[in-house]
Amino acid sequence: MRRIISILLLVIVTFGICQSLAKIPFGTPKTKVGGRYINEGVKETGAANIVTSVVLSYRGFDTLGEVTILFIASIGLGAVLGSVGKKTVTKTEPASFVLSTGCKILFPLILVFGAYIFIHGHLTPGGGFQGGAIIASAYLLIYLGCRQRRVSQTAYMTLESLGGLSFVAAGLVGLAVSGYFLANFLPRGTVNLLFSAGIIPVIYIAIGLKVGSELTGIIDNLVEES
Amino acid sequence: MGFLHNYAYYIGAFGLIFVGLYIILTKHNLIKAIIGLAILDTGVNLFLVSVGYITKGTAPIFSRPGIDAKRMVDPVPQALVLTAIVIGVAVLALALSLAIRLYQHYGTLNLRKIREQKW
Repeated sequence: MRRIISILLLVIVTFGICQSLAKIPFGTPKTKVGGRYINEGVKETGAANIVTSVVLSYRGFDTLGEVTILFIASIGLGAVLGSVGKKTVTKTEPASFVLSTGCKILFPLILVFGAYIFIHGHLTPGGGFQGGAIIASAYLLIYLGCRQRRVSQTAYMTLESLGGLSFVAAGLVGLAVSGYFLANFLPRGTVNLLFSAGIIPVIYIAIGLKVGSELTGIIDNLVEES
Repeated sequence: MGFLHNYAYYIGAFGLIFVGLYIILTKHNLIKAIIGLAILDTGVNLFLVSVGYITKGTAPIFSRPGIDAKRMVDPVPQALVLTAIVIGVAVLALALSLAIRLYQHYGTLNLRKIREQKW
């Protein structure tokens, strides 16, 4: 009965959405604001990657909110999982020599790759969120491969707070220098060089550190629990 | 066939949303409901990106001079999805942590058996 009702509900919802989807043409430019960003973005922000200039310059305040959501989710996870005091330390069998050595060799390489992704966020596909996720995956590898290793809790919490604070600080300095929050007060430089686009790479590095340490904290909390 | 070719991404994205909603509505296991949430999330992201697609378009990055700005895809949905993916992961982790606590408290993940969660 319940299954039939939910299928009926879904069919109705599907019908409604298909009706509206059929009116959205596929593969044609739709929003004027996107064209505006593409045509003027490089001139206005100095970043070669338009997605980055949208995320951090045109809609930078939005991104601050999204980073906050991530922060709240990670805090909530810590509150839900970490509050119950006694931690039962279960003896786990150590991973084999080949596995742990492979993890130790791969770990710095993945870290460097993640840092490369978020430092070059304004030039190539990628950025702070993606780079942070890659860095967290390096720590996940360590947790899976060398089970006795643990990341210190204070280290990732400090990094997380530092990342968030430097994002807000960059915005406030922009407010003080140029008169509005997250203003691009540094020189734009030449497009397609590493040192270009003003504060965009600075903010993306802050976001990369913050997302990386946050996701590492989430992994750490979940591993401790299992 | 032309219809399918034109709307393949919409159909795929909406198929994922449909599957996710169906799982959330019918499954009693909490872990399965969370998996449905993840599939739904993927479907919404795919849909947003495909709305911004332009036929034979390139990525909106001026990596070398002489790139035609008219053929670039819409950067706004990509910027939205970029953050939505990471937030989706965090929300998924939060949901899983709640599931862990529920399991420790009730000893089951079946939503029907958890008395306070009956719906």
